[in-house]
Amino acid sequence: MQDYDNRPDKLIIGLAVAAGILLVKLFFIQIIDDKYKADARNNSMVYDIIYPTRGVIYDRNGTILVGNKVAYDILVTPRETGVFDTLLLASVLGQEPDFIRTKMAEYQKNRKRIGYQAMTLLKQIPPETYMKFAEIQYKFPGFKGQVRSIRDYPVNAGGNLLGYVSEVDGDYIKKHPDNYRSGDYAGKTGIEAAREADLRGEKGYHIYLRNSRNQIETRYMDGEMDKEAVPGHDIVTTIDATLQQYGQQLMQNKVGSVVAIEPATGEILAMVSSPGIDVSQLADISKHYKEIAANPYRPMFNRTVQASYPPGSVFKLVNGLIGLEEGVLTPDMRYPCNHGYYYSGSHKLGCHGHPSPLDLEQAVMMSCNGYFCYVLKNVLENRKKYSSTAEAFDKWREYTLSMGFGRKLGSDFPAELGGNIPTSKYYNRIYGKGGWRFSTIVSLSIGQGEIGVTPLQIANLSATVANRGYYVIPHIVKESEGVELDEKYKERQYTMVDTTEYKKVIQGMWRAVNSGFGSGGTASIAAVPGLDICGKTGTAQNPRGADNSVFICFAPKDNPKIAIAAYIENAGFGATWACPIASLMVEKYLKGEISEDRKYLEDRVLEGNLMSRVKTD
Amino acid sequence: MAGNYERALGKSLDWKLILIFLILILIGWVNIYASIHSSEPASIFDFQFRCGKQAVWILTSIVLALVILFAINPKLWQGISVPAYLFVLILLVAVIFLGTDVKGSKSWFDFGVVNFQPAEVSKITTSLLLATVMSRPSFKLPRIKDLAVVAAIIGLPMLVIVAESETGSALVYTGFIFVLYREGLSGWTLVAIGMAILLFILTLTCSPLVSMLVLIGLISFFNALDSGRIFRWLFIFVPLIVLSAFLPSIFSSLAENPDIPGLVKQIKPVWLVLGVSVAAIPILMVKAWRNKDSFLTMSCLGLLAGVILIFSTDFIFNNVLQDHQRQRIEVLLGMKEDPSGVGYNVNQSMIAIGSGGFSGKGFLNGTQTTYGFVPEQTTDFIFCTVGEEWGFLGCALVIILYVTMIWRILRGAEKSREPFTRIYGYCVASCIFMHLFINIGMTIGLMPVIGIPLPFLSYGGSSLWTFTILLFIFIALDRQEKKYF
Repeated sequence: MQDYDNRPDKLIIGLAVAAGILLVKLFFIQIIDDKYKADARNNSMVYDIIYPTRGVIYDRNGTILVGNKVAYDILVTPRETGVFDTLLLASVLGQEPDFIRTKMAEYQKNRKRIGYQAMTLLKQIPPETYMKFAEIQYKFPGFKGQVRSIRDYPVNAGGNLLGYVSEVDGDYIKKHPDNYRSGDYAGKTGIEAAREADLRGEKGYHIYLRNSRNQIETRYMDGEMDKEAVPGHDIVTTIDATLQQYGQQLMQNKVGSVVAIEPATGEILAMVSSPGIDVSQLADISKHYKEIAANPYRPMFNRTVQASYPPGSVFKLVNGLIGLEEGVLTPDMRYPCNHGYYYSGSHKLGCHGHPSPLDLEQAVMMSCNGYFCYVLKNVLENRKKYSSTAEAFDKWREYTLSMGFGRKLGSDFPAELGGNIPTSKYYNRIYGKGGWRFSTIVSLSIGQGEIGVTPLQIANLSATVANRGYYVIPHIVKESEGVELDEKYKERQYTMVDTTEYKKVIQGMWRAVNSGFGSGGTASIAAVPGLDICGKTGTAQNPRGADNSVFICFAPKDNPKIAIAAYIENAGFGATWACPIASLMVEKYLKGEISEDRKYLEDRVLEGNLMSRVKTD
Repeated sequence: MAGNYERALGKSLDWKLILIFLILILIGWVNIYASIHSSEPASIFDFQFRCGKQAVWILTSIVLALVILFAINPKLWQGISVPAYLFVLILLVAVIFLGTDVKGSKSWFDFGVVNFQPAEVSKITTSLLLATVMSRPSFKLPRIKDLAVVAAIIGLPMLVIVAESETGSALVYTGFIFVLYREGLSGWTLVAIGMAILLFILTLTCSPLVSMLVLIGLISFFNALDSGRIFRWLFIFVPLIVLSAFLPSIFSSLAENPDIPGLVKQIKPVWLVLGVSVAAIPILMVKAWRNKDSFLTMSCLGLLAGVILIFSTDFIFNNVLQDHQRQRIEVLLGMKEDPSGVGYNVNQSMIAIGSGGFSGKGFLNGTQTTYGFVPEQTTDFIFCTVGEEWGFLGCALVIILYVTMIWRILRGAEKSREPFTRIYGYCVASCIFMHLFINIGMTIGLMPVIGIPLPFLSYGGSSLWTFTILLFIFIALDRQEKKYF
C-alpha cells in the first residue's frame, strides 16, 4: 500500500473542493445575487386589485348627469363547485340552463389553466337578481357575488355627449401601458373619454400570499403594504341638463345636431346629436353594441363634432364680414337681385322673391343670394390688393380659418373633426393654374360648394358674432376642485375681422327674426317677445334628398347669454325646422319655459318625424 | 468483566459519527415539517402528514441501528455478502416485472403500508461484496482479471437499475470509482473520466473544434509533464492550439474570396484538426513502441477515445439519452431557457434557496417551500427548505456536517487494519458523497435534475433505512476492531 499512501489525502482534498464548490455557488445565489429574492416575491404575492369608484359627472348647475350604482358579478371557482342544480341556478340568475352548462364545460376544459382562480360567470346583474341568488347561495358552493360599481344615468343627456365606459381591449392597453391592465374599464367616447384621466381614479391593491396552486394563504404583512383605491375626480361639465334634455326631446325622430354655447365663456350648454345612443344602453354598451352599430342612422356617429356639412346661407355672414374688413363692402352698398345672380353669360345662381336692390342689413335679413355673390366677387377680384384670384382666395381662406372653420377648434371634446375649407391649390389641381376665377366658385358665396363645416363650428360662428368678433374655444368641462382647465379655454380668440364690423351684420340678423311675418325677414317664426333673438337661416343643398335646414341665433342681442346652431338633415328650409328648434331652446334656456302662444310650435316640433326623408343606404 | 465490557463499548463506539447522524436526521425531520407546514399548522407528530410518518421512519431506523450495533456479529456481514448481493440482484430484476409504476420508473415494490425500493438496498450489498472481493489477499487492482470482476460487481446492479428507468440511482454507483482509486486504480482513470465529462459538455455548448483543441492541449500537457519537457509544450503546442482557434475566422474570410474554388470552401476547420490528429496517432504509436513509452501509448489511446467521444457526442445526446434527460442537461447548460417546463423545478428551487439570504427567513416562514412552489419539497428538494428558512448559515452547517461525517468515515477506514473495513468504509463514504453532491448540486443548478434523495434529510423510509444500515454497519465494523485493544 505504500505506493498509495497519499491517496486518502488526495481524496479528502477532493471532498473539500467539492464541498467548496457547493458553498461558493450557495454564497453566490443566496448572498450576492438579489434576483432570486425578487423572484420569490413575485412568486408568492398576489395583488388583489381594488377598483376605484369612477368620478361623478355633474352639469353646470350641480345636477348629476352620470353617477354610479351597484351591480353584481357572479363569480365561480370551478374547482370548488360540486354537483349542483343547474335549473335552479339558471332560473334565479335569469339565464338559460344551457348557458351555465356551456360555461361549466368550458371551465372543465381549461381547468388546468384556471386552477383555483375564480372566473366571471355573469357580469353586471342588477341588485334584485343578486338578492334572489344570495338567498340560495348556500346551495351552490364555489359561486359568489362580487360588488361592482357601474354607471348610472339619471338624466337623458344623450350617449354621444356623455360617452360610454367599457372594458379595455388589447389595443387600448398597448396605447396606455402604464395605467391599464386587462379587465380594467375606460371611457371610450364623449365626456367619459375626454376626462378619462380625472374620472378613473387610482387603483388600489391588497397583497396576499398564495401557494403554487393559486390558493390564497394569508394577508401579506397583515395588510401593511396594501394601497387603498383613490376614487376618481368628479367632473363638472358646462352642460345645462335641462336644456340638453329638452334638446334631445326636440330632436326626437330627426337627424341632425343642435349645439348651444355660452358666448362669453365658450362653454357648451347643450350638444345634441340625433339619433343618439340611448342612455339606458350606455351602462352595458357591449350588450347593445351590435344593435347600435347596425342602426342605419348611425347613432354612434357624433354629428355635432364629426359631420361635415355645407353650411348654407349662414355662411353669408362670414362672407359679409370678410367683405367689410377687406374694404370692398360698406353697409350702404346696394346690389340688385332679380331672382338671382347672373355670372358668366346666362348662368344664374337663383334667389327667392324679395325687394331689390338691397343694402347689407336687408340682404342679411332676407338672405339674398345675389347680394353675397357680389360681395365675394368684390373680395376675390380686388386687383388693387391681390394680383390674382388665387391670391385673394387664399386670403379669404385665412379669414375663414380665423373664424374657426377648416380646422379643428381644439375643443376638449374627443374625436372632433375640422371640416374642410379648400385652398387655391385645390382648385389649381382641378381646373389648372389660372383656369378658375370667381364665377367657377360662385357657390361659396352662399355657403355651398366645396366647403364642409361641423355643427360645432357653426355654433362657434354664432358665438363669435354674438361676442362681436371673438370666441372662446368651445369646451365641455368646467374648472372644479382637482380638475384644472387648460388656459386656452379661458382666452379670447379674435378673428381677422375687426370687432367694429360685426355690429353691421347683427342688425340684419335681428331684423331677420324680429321684423314680423310679411316683412321679408326669413326667421320671423323664431321671434320671442322680449328676448331680442338675432338669427340667420340657412338652407343647404343635400345631394342625398331634401335640403338641410340650418339656423344659427343668439340672444339677447346685447350681452348675449346663449348662441346656438341647429342643423337638421333633409328638413327643408331653415325656417321650417332648424329655426323653431333653435328658438325654442333659446326660449327654454332664457325663460325656463315656453310661452303659451308658442306651444303650438313646440308641439309641432315634438311630433315632427323626419326620419323617412333621410336616406340611409 | 461486565463493567469492563461496557467501558470498552462506550470508548470504542464512534460517538461523534453517531451524533452527526442524529443531528442530520433531526434537521431533516424539522425541515420536512416546515416544508409541508401551511397556514393551518398541524402537529409535527400528525401521522396524516409526512412529518409524522417520518417520525416513525426515524424511530425504526434507530432500532435498526441498535440491532446492527448490539445484536449482530459484525463478522456476519462479510459472510453473507455474496448471497445478499445475488438476492438483491434478483429483486432488482423482479421489480421490473412485479413493481408498481411510480412516475415512469419501475423500481418500487408496493407492500401496502410500506414501499420498498431494491435499488436502495443494492447500495449496501454492492458495498459489502466489493469489500469482500477487494480485501482478498490475492486481489491486485491493476490486474485486468480483478478489474473485470470489480467492474461486473458494480456494473450489474447499475445496468438493471438503468433498465428500471432510475438512471439517477445508477449514477451513484459511479462513485465507487473513488474506492477503486484508493485501492490502486490509476489516477489517470479519474482524469480520463473528468476529461470525458468536460469534452461532452464542451462539444454540446461550444463546438467539436473547441473540444478537439482542448483534448489535444490536455493530452500533450500530460505528456510534457510525464517526460519533463514542459518548455517544448509551451513553445510548440500552445501557440499551435491558439492559432488553430482562429481557423474558423480564417476560413470564413477565405470563403468570401471568389478565387478559391467552391470545393475547397466545403472544408471545415475541424476536419483539418481531426485529420492532423488521426494522422499523428499511428506515428506516435510507433514511437511509443520503440521507446517502450507506456505513457505515450496510453495517451494515444486516450486521444483516440477522446476523438471518438467528441464525434459521437451529438449521437449520444440525441439518440442514447431519453427526452427528459436530454432536456435536463440542456437546461443545466443553459442551452435552453424553459422556466415553466423542464426548468421549472430548478428555477423554483433556486428561487427558494436564493431568497433565503444569509440567515434565512426563519423557521416556518419560508414562502416558497411552505406554499408549495418547489416540487418534491420533502424528498429530493428538501434542501430548498433548509436554504430558504435557514439561509446560507443553515446550508453551510448541513454541508459541513456531511463533510465531517464523510471525513470521519474515511479516517476510521484508514485507521482500520482490516482491508474489509477500510474498503467498506470507502464505499459508504462514496455513496454519501455522491448523493450529497448530486442532490445539493441539483437544487442549486450545478447538476442536472437527477431524482435522488439527500441522505438522512429527505423524507422516506427506504432511503433513511438504507443509509442508516450502510452507516451503522461501518460503525459496528469500526468498533469491533477497537474492541481488541
